[in-house]
Parts: sequence; structure tokens; C-alpha cells
Amino acid sequence: MSYDVIIGLEVHVQLQTQTKVFCGCSTAFNPQAPNTQTCPTCLGLPGALPVLNKKAFELAVQTAMGLNCEIPLFTKWDRKQYFYPDLPKGYQISQYDLPFSRNGHLDIPPATDGDTPIRVRILRAHLEEDAGKNLHDESGRGAGSMIDLNRAGTPLVEIVTEPDLRNAMSARRFLEELRLLLVYLGVSDCNMQEGSLRCDANVNLHVHGPDGTKIPTPIVEVKNLNSFRFTEQAIEFEVARQWEQYQKTGQTIHDAPKVTRGFDPDRGMTYALREKEEAADYRYFPDPDLVPVTVTEEQLSLWRSRLVESPASRRERFRQEYGLSLYDAQVILDQGVLFADYFEQVASQTKDGKQAANWLTQEVQRVLNDRRWTLTEFPFPAPALGHLLSLVSTKKITGKSAKDVFNLLVEGDEPEVVTSETIDATIAERGLALVEDTGAIDMAIADVIGRNPKAVQDFRSGKQAAAGALIGQVMKAVKGADPQSVRERLLKQLEG
Amino acid sequence: MSLSAKDVEKVARLARLRLNETDIEQYAAQLSQILDYAAILEAVETEGVEPMVHAIELANVWREDEILTSLPRQQALQNSPAQDGKHFVVPQILDAS
Repeated sequence: MSYDVIIGLEVHVQLQTQTKVFCGCSTAFNPQAPNTQTCPTCLGLPGALPVLNKKAFELAVQTAMGLNCEIPLFTKWDRKQYFYPDLPKGYQISQYDLPFSRNGHLDIPPATDGDTPIRVRILRAHLEEDAGKNLHDESGRGAGSMIDLNRAGTPLVEIVTEPDLRNAMSARRFLEELRLLLVYLGVSDCNMQEGSLRCDANVNLHVHGPDGTKIPTPIVEVKNLNSFRFTEQAIEFEVARQWEQYQKTGQTIHDAPKVTRGFDPDRGMTYALREKEEAADYRYFPDPDLVPVTVTEEQLSLWRSRLVESPASRRERFRQEYGLSLYDAQVILDQGVLFADYFEQVASQTKDGKQAANWLTQEVQRVLNDRRWTLTEFPFPAPALGHLLSLVSTKKITGKSAKDVFNLLVEGDEPEVVTSETIDATIAERGLALVEDTGAIDMAIADVIGRNPKAVQDFRSGKQAAAGALIGQVMKAVKGADPQSVRERLLKQLEG
Repeated sequence: MSLSAKDVEKVARLARLRLNETDIEQYAAQLSQILDYAAILEAVETEGVEPMVHAIELANVWREDEILTSLPRQQALQNSPAQDGKHFVVPQILDAS
């Protein structure tokens, strides 16, 4: 007997606003000062009224547009009622039947060149408020739980996928692509440590019956996964556990209700959460405190026009236009929008994507890491690097010299901003320009051959290594000669 | 429309209300009456009428994303039944972990 794994994800993303979604309190991550970013609205005090943060709505719409969702022209707010200590009002302001977006998709990029992307449909994305944070007494003395409401009211977009994922690794790769997209759109910092991106995974199996039918097993929701690796591990564990369970009990989706489980990263296992005796009943109803939001087609097309290019589109362009491998394209994309922009500026100037990619992923990244610089602090602007690389590809200087110039110009505590002129001046100063005067090179070769009969004889009797010493002498005599061309011309004279 | 004792028990449980037998009987009758009263609306012909989403015909009330002063912590905590000077304190939350 075999089975298919069926996975759907619910991802909660904190939007990068200054203030909360329905009040003016700061959204700064501030666990050192609990309960200092609250007001009557986010505390749920009587008489306080929520007012929608315009920026939160705009970021939410951009998120949905990045996920290729439809954006209806009308959306409204609903109350989701449940009691939990981190939810001061006794309900969460969320969206139920008319979310601001639906029916999108995000493609998981191919893992290697030649593979095809996997499409994951997005059922909906809606905007809601985050809850506060519960802090548990670690001493175990059971004094009680402590609540910090700084986070309560932070804008969240909940993204719900269709159950289109078929294994744990795809789930992780989907989340990585989603994270990249959100960071490129600039809608969230996606800081997992600070809980800016959290995931719930719905997992079950479709067991292949003997008569070709598919038997769905009960759905399990693994809650609050705060890392991509944990998500992958939790799903892997669930698949094995559910298969074992099915073989033992034969229970299908019709015999048992959906259950929720937690994940213990230390043991790499999921565990049962306390079951409620009945299915959750949130009694959603329209929030009378908030009026609906309407948008116009004009507004939507304006927002759409301002949307930055998606990583997926850039990845494809980097491969098509600049001839990069999937791997190189990904390495550059993973460094963020500024780095990808920098790459494109250099590559479009030099018309050699591969060379630009090699330089960026090796020299530039090494310096950025060593010096702990961000790209904005990096003293080598793209046009300057483009100029330097063009000198290499037009054989004005060697690749080795280019690296020397590069390293020289980024030295020091606060190096000056590099320009084409400073590059040219450094090359001139150091005599690094390649000598193109083939006559001078040939004369130097003839001279070196004349003065080194022993080495010449060694070479002619088959000792290839002897050529190295001769090349060295020629290079010394003609400063700035291209070693490749010296080698070719020397071999021609020796063999001729 | 008549609510059963079971319906009332469920609604009470969702609202975290503890009701005794007498309460349940009384509420079942009263809530049924309220529902019957509201059911008068069912007589209205609504064919072709757009559903109303909000009692006020208003949309797009925004605030700009600008930080306002939050409450001092002591004020935020002052009405709480229990606090430790920094946090709201609630009975131990039991997770199965």
C-alpha cells in the first residue's frame, strides 16, 4: 500500500508598519519593556474605537498582488470570538467571508536547471490583528502566566494555501520563496526570531486503496511553527506518525475530527494539544466599529504599477538575459533587492552576466562580509565595478590585476567612493595596463630565449615546466603584458 | 422558534457563563421570545435587495501610520485583577507541552 501526502499551509506575516493596525501604538519589537506599547483601543477598554491604518491596508494589498491574488473592490471586517488571555477584547478583528484578496498562486522555483516550477494556489489572504504574547513562568512554581500586550494589534496578513504541497521539502521551499517575495516587496522584515513570520501546517495522507480509490486520513494541524526547518521536520514526523496510525487504526477523515498538535523542536516530534470537546465555534459577525473598505480599479492599477519585480521574474530574467545558472541567480537573489539591483547594473554595463555574478558572489561578498558592510556602505558603486570588469573583458588589464585594484581601493577604515577615474589612475600608477605592443613582447621573448639556453633545451626535451620560468622573465621585462598572450607567443617561438 | 436547553447550554459555554437548571429554563424561554421577535423581519420581501454590511453608509475611514503616545505601563495595568508591575498576570496557562 502507498499514499500521497497532502499539505496546506497558513502563514501569518507581520506587516512592516510603524503603528498597529487599528491604533497609533508602536509595533516595535520590544520584549524588554512589556506593556509599554498599549492604549485603550488595543487593550480593548470600553468605548475605545479602532480606526484602520492606511499603510497596513496598502502593504496587505501589495502582498496579495505579489501572490497574484484577485483584489475585490469591497472588503469588510469581522469579529472572531474566542477567549484566551492574550486576546484582551475577547475577539480578534479579522476578515471572514469577504477578505481583501483571494485566488492567487506562488510558484516554488525549480531546484535545479531543467526542473519545472511547482504551482501552489493561494486560497485567500486576509488582514487581521495579532494577539499579545504569553510568558510562562519557567521556575515551575506555578505562580501564573504573564501577558505582554505590546504585540496585540500588530497588523498580520494570513495567507492560506490550497492543499497543493506534496512533501515536507516543498513546504519548506514554498516558505523560502514566500519569504523572499515578502522581503522584495518590502512588506515585512520576515524576522523569524521576532515572530514576524509564523506558519501552521495542515497535513494528512491520501492512502491508495486496493481498488484504486483514495482514502483520506484525519487532518492534523501543526500550530505555531516559527522556522522553516521546524516546519519541514514537523511535517516529516507527522507523515510517518499518521501512516503508522492509519495502519494501526484504519481511521479515515470520516471517523475522526481535525486535531491540532504542537511541535517540540528539541525532540523533533509533534505532540497532542488539549482537545476541545467540540469543534471551534468562533461566531464570526461583522464588526460594527469598523466601516468597510472600497477600492477602485484605478487605485489598484496604480498600486500594481508601483509593485517591485518579483524574485521569480528576476530569477527567470537573470537566467535568460544574463545566462546565469539557477544556482548563481539564486545566490544573488538571496542577498536582497539592493544586491540584485547592483548585479543588474554591473551586468548590463559589461554585457557579461557570468563574470559579474562571479565577482559579486566572490570578491564583493567577501569584502562585504569581512568588513561587515551593507551594500550602501560599500565604497565601490556598480558603475565603477562595471568599468573595472570591462577593462578585464577588453583585455586592458588581467583578472589578477583587477582583483588587486579592487582590494586596494576598498582598503582602509573609510575608503573613498571609487570612480572610473580612480580605477584608471590606480592602474596607471601601478603599471598594470596590459602592453598590447606585440613587437615589444616578441623582442623580449627573443631576448629571454637567447639568454636562457638551458631552460630552452629543457623545454624542447619535453619539460613543459621550464616554460614557466621563461614566461616569468618576459613578464618582468615587459611590465603589464597579458600572461596568456606572452605564453602563446613564447611557445610559438620555442616551437617555431 | 424554540431554543432547547442544549442550545442555551452551548451559548452559555461559549460566553463562559455558568448557568443552573432554573437559569437555563428561563433563558431558553426568553431567548426564544427574542428570536421570535426578530423573526418578524422574515416577512419583509428582500428579493433583489443588496445585503447590508454596515448600519452606517460610510467607507474608507483611515488613520495615517503615525505613532501616538501609548499609555504609561502603570495605567495600562491598573484595572487588571492581578499584575506584577510589568505584566498582566493570569492563572497558569496549561499547554500540553
